[in-house]
Amino acid sequence: MEQIDFSLVDWSRAQFALTAMYHWLFVPLTLGLSFILAIMESLYVKTGDEKWKEITKFWMGIFGVNFAIGVATGIILEFEFGTNWSNYSWFVGDIFGAPLAIEGIMAFFLESTFVAIMFFGWKKVSKKVHLLSTWMVFVGSNLSALWILVANAWMQNPTGMRFNPDSVRNEMLSFWDVLLSPTALNKFFHTVTSAYTLSALMVLGISSWYLLKNREQILAMRSIKLVAIFGAIAMIITVITGDGSAKEVAKHQPMKFAAMEGLYKGQQNAPLVAIGLFGKPNPATPNKEEFLFHIEIPNMLSYLAFMDANAFIPGIQDLVHGNHEKGILSYTERAERGKMAIDALAAYQLAKKTGKIEEAATQLKILENNFEHFGYGYYFGRNVHELVPSVKISFYSFHLMVILGGHFLLLFIVFWYLEKKKKLEGKKWLFHTAIWTMPLAYVASEAGWVVAEVGRQPWVIQDLLPSIAAVSQIDAFSVQITFFLFFTVFTALLIAEIKIMLSKVKTGSQVIENKQETLK
Amino acid sequence: MFENLSLLVLQQYWWIIVSLLGALLVFLLFVQGGQTMLYCLAKDEKERNLLVNSLGRKWELTFTTLVTFGGAFFASFPLFYSTSFGGAYWVWIAILFAFVLQAVSYEYRNKKGNWLGQKTYETFLFINGLLGTLLLGAAVSTFFTGSMFSVEKMNITRLSGEMPIISSWETPFHGLEAVWTLEKLAFLQNLSLGLAVFFLSRLLANLYFMNNIESQTIFERSRKILGINSALFLVFFLFWLIRLLFIDGFAVNPQTKEIFMQNNKYLHNFLEMPIVLILFLLGVVSVLWGIFISYIKKSDKGIWFAGVGTVLVVLNLFLLAGFNHTAYYPSTFNLQHSLTIENSSSSHFTLTAMSYVSLFVPIVLAYIWYFWRAMNKTKLSTEELENESHKY
Ligand code: HDD
Ligand code: HEM
Ligand code: HEM
Repeated sequence: MEQIDFSLVDWSRAQFALTAMYHWLFVPLTLGLSFILAIMESLYVKTGDEKWKEITKFWMGIFGVNFAIGVATGIILEFEFGTNWSNYSWFVGDIFGAPLAIEGIMAFFLESTFVAIMFFGWKKVSKKVHLLSTWMVFVGSNLSALWILVANAWMQNPTGMRFNPDSVRNEMLSFWDVLLSPTALNKFFHTVTSAYTLSALMVLGISSWYLLKNREQILAMRSIKLVAIFGAIAMIITVITGDGSAKEVAKHQPMKFAAMEGLYKGQQNAPLVAIGLFGKPNPATPNKEEFLFHIEIPNMLSYLAFMDANAFIPGIQDLVHGNHEKGILSYTERAERGKMAIDALAAYQLAKKTGKIEEAATQLKILENNFEHFGYGYYFGRNVHELVPSVKISFYSFHLMVILGGHFLLLFIVFWYLEKKKKLEGKKWLFHTAIWTMPLAYVASEAGWVVAEVGRQPWVIQDLLPSIAAVSQIDAFSVQITFFLFFTVFTALLIAEIKIMLSKVKTGSQVIENKQETLK
Repeated sequence: MFENLSLLVLQQYWWIIVSLLGALLVFLLFVQGGQTMLYCLAKDEKERNLLVNSLGRKWELTFTTLVTFGGAFFASFPLFYSTSFGGAYWVWIAILFAFVLQAVSYEYRNKKGNWLGQKTYETFLFINGLLGTLLLGAAVSTFFTGSMFSVEKMNITRLSGEMPIISSWETPFHGLEAVWTLEKLAFLQNLSLGLAVFFLSRLLANLYFMNNIESQTIFERSRKILGINSALFLVFFLFWLIRLLFIDGFAVNPQTKEIFMQNNKYLHNFLEMPIVLILFLLGVVSVLWGIFISYIKKSDKGIWFAGVGTVLVVLNLFLLAGFNHTAYYPSTFNLQHSLTIENSSSSHFTLTAMSYVSLFVPIVLAYIWYFWRAMNKTKLSTEELENESHKY
């Protein structure tokens, strides 16, 4: 009997991915530009230099266009947990709902109140209060990132909770374990610093365009001076926390880790693949490819993952087929134990209803002993290769992100150095590079999420809840309709956003450009 | 301090907070109401810009309240979140969709290169004002009339055969049927609350414009239309309210937790919870007073009375739906599957943790109030707009 509606699951995933990826097009610029705005306005308040004020106002205009659409795309995501992942909302709502609520109470109100003052308060509140508001917009937006990333990190590495067989859901045991898990901390800092990097690249690119056109010299030079340092620092922290994230993945999501590296056979002294190209079918894993060509650095992967060149890194085959020498159960065994857990839950409930106390206690024991395999039970009797994520996508997007990260760091350093030596003028190749790096920043950022989210498939909650048990009971056709609805609307809004942004850049800050004499 | 409270007290505390957020949301829907009158209140572009900018400085607040209402409902009553959102799919998607359109419209309406043209964004604002209020009102009415859904937690142990899903909606229309369900004339009830909320948001917008904008012509036009909006609001609201007092309600037996139909349940709830009744009536009077002083005495302070009144009315309607052994989200498919604040809440631990977070709510309200005042010291005028660097 096979009645699970896979097209429903697939369309629901597609819709979530679509809306999340759109949201993420706008969020990083909000996170980082609000920081840059706050620094610029602080410079204005400190020096009293009106030019800083006009520079701040110019970037604030760009911020506003981006902010609005970020908000528009965010609301869908929040409610999609209910509309499209209703089972999930019950199964882990006791833990997952809290960060979403805290995000609203602590972050979004901060943002929306102070954004209004930031935009409209220049003449209505004092300089100091205005500056405070700009900083509060930064704090608010970054706090909202914190809470949602805590929630996401918890899905990748569920901690601080316990399954309650009576209410049939997971319940929170420790708020601090959820908030301060190493996965959450790494994820938060990696994500926000990557957002600062992206924002710095946008400011750098737009400023470079002005320099190429011989316009807005003051605005461009001052902005570049600021974001070259800002971006370099942000990028360095991005690398450190990215490495931290990878270590957490190695610990808690070995399958994702193996996929990110294209590692089929586990080994000690595992090498790191620097560049690779897929193309050969892997005989042990249906529909998956091995490297046709690759360059590797010996021992490096074991070392990076566990700080020990001799550490064993399990490959995809070890995880699927088991490796008893290393104490790894095969997926078939885990599916059997997961089924035992799920069946025991049903039997426990039945026994409780009919008043068979002893029987209930026995079943509870079985459930507890097998709970760590709970989610695998849904794959009992099914092809366990379904539990392997796309190796190609994971590998390529991960390596793309890392390689681009290197490029960004280099670019910031070159700008920083040339600016310091006053040799920036006339470096057309460099300005062109900065302009072309703007879209690449978005590519790297989206690629990061693809690594994180595609690599954990099919788990919505790692090892506990696969996507087939997380969806809502709707027909696939309905989800298809809403998918295309959102696709059309978001795309139209994106085009409008880009056009407005371009026209803002073309207009520039006319106050500085045309009315130099009116400025002090 | 919250640790020592019983689960039931925490559940009630959270029901009050969710109700309060819902009540604030309905008040703040004046932004939506205003969006449906951009053309009848303004005769030229200048006036329209005044209206849009006046609303534009508040829209985020309404939006954020909606988002927080959703988040708080999720954290405190997750079973409602999964049952209603996943079930009444089309209703919620339509509401969300209307809000997506709104979020960009203010910022993009007047900008160079906005691609779709100013009219399109104004249409978006209108759609948001109409659908947002109408559907939210109708959705809240189903808290009293019920919906066709089932909740079976043990479904999660289904490993073969059907999908392991806990909540399912038992009609193919996923919520839209609320406006045509004939049984007990539920559609009349749901539609009339939807229309009542729609006209309420418009009359609040009239009062808001009278308070917020420096323009005699807009003031006068708002006042005129206020009369019509108020009359229509009262018709629909009173119709809904009076019927509510006489329909059978969804009661919970406190001992067995069994759910059964009780005659005049909501009338009983009012009588058995006199505080709720008194606050509710105070709210109604306050709304009427706000309308009265604005319409007859041409005061510009009506928004405050009507605003406080709206919050009180909605808050107490939510309390009516959830307290006094009542199922707040009833299932007409299987009475025993109805949601009550006891059977749909989060755990004691989570409610406790969230209660600490709720201590931030007064702080949030305080800074919103403080800064709202600072920003509204003077009314919005055409001169101010002309000298403004950032405008909608
Ligand atoms: C400008 C964007 C950007 C750049 C330059 C980098 N990243 Fe990144 N990365 C992200 C943007 C991003 C992201 C979008 O923010 C992600 C997605 C989820 C997350 O936590 O951050 C991410 C995820 C992510 C993950 C997956 C974490 C998980 O599955 O939970 C790893 C292992 C790394 N990154 C590692 C790195 C390393 C070693 C980098 C060093 C150059 C790096 N990233 C640069
Ligand atoms: C904003 C950046 C994000 C992007 C670009 C992103 C991307 C994706 C992608 C590509 C998928 C589909 C994967 C596949 O089916 O192969 C997905 C699924 C999903 N993501 Fe994300 N994601 C993001 C953030 C988040 C966050 C922050 C959360 C949770 C708080 C989250 C929760 C989910 C869920 C619940 C699913 C659906 C179930 C599943 O297929 O696993 N995502 N996301
Ligand atoms: C899938 C999970 C997510 C959900 C449910 C979600 C939800 C939302 C919602 C409802 C809003 C509108 C808030 C308002 O009323 O102003 C919003 C905006 C925002 N979100 Fe998300 N979000 C998600 C992912 C993320 C991530 C991963 C980040 C950052 C790391 C983030 C950062 C922001 C920021 C900074 C804003 C402010 C406005 C803007 O986007 O420009 N969100 N989000």
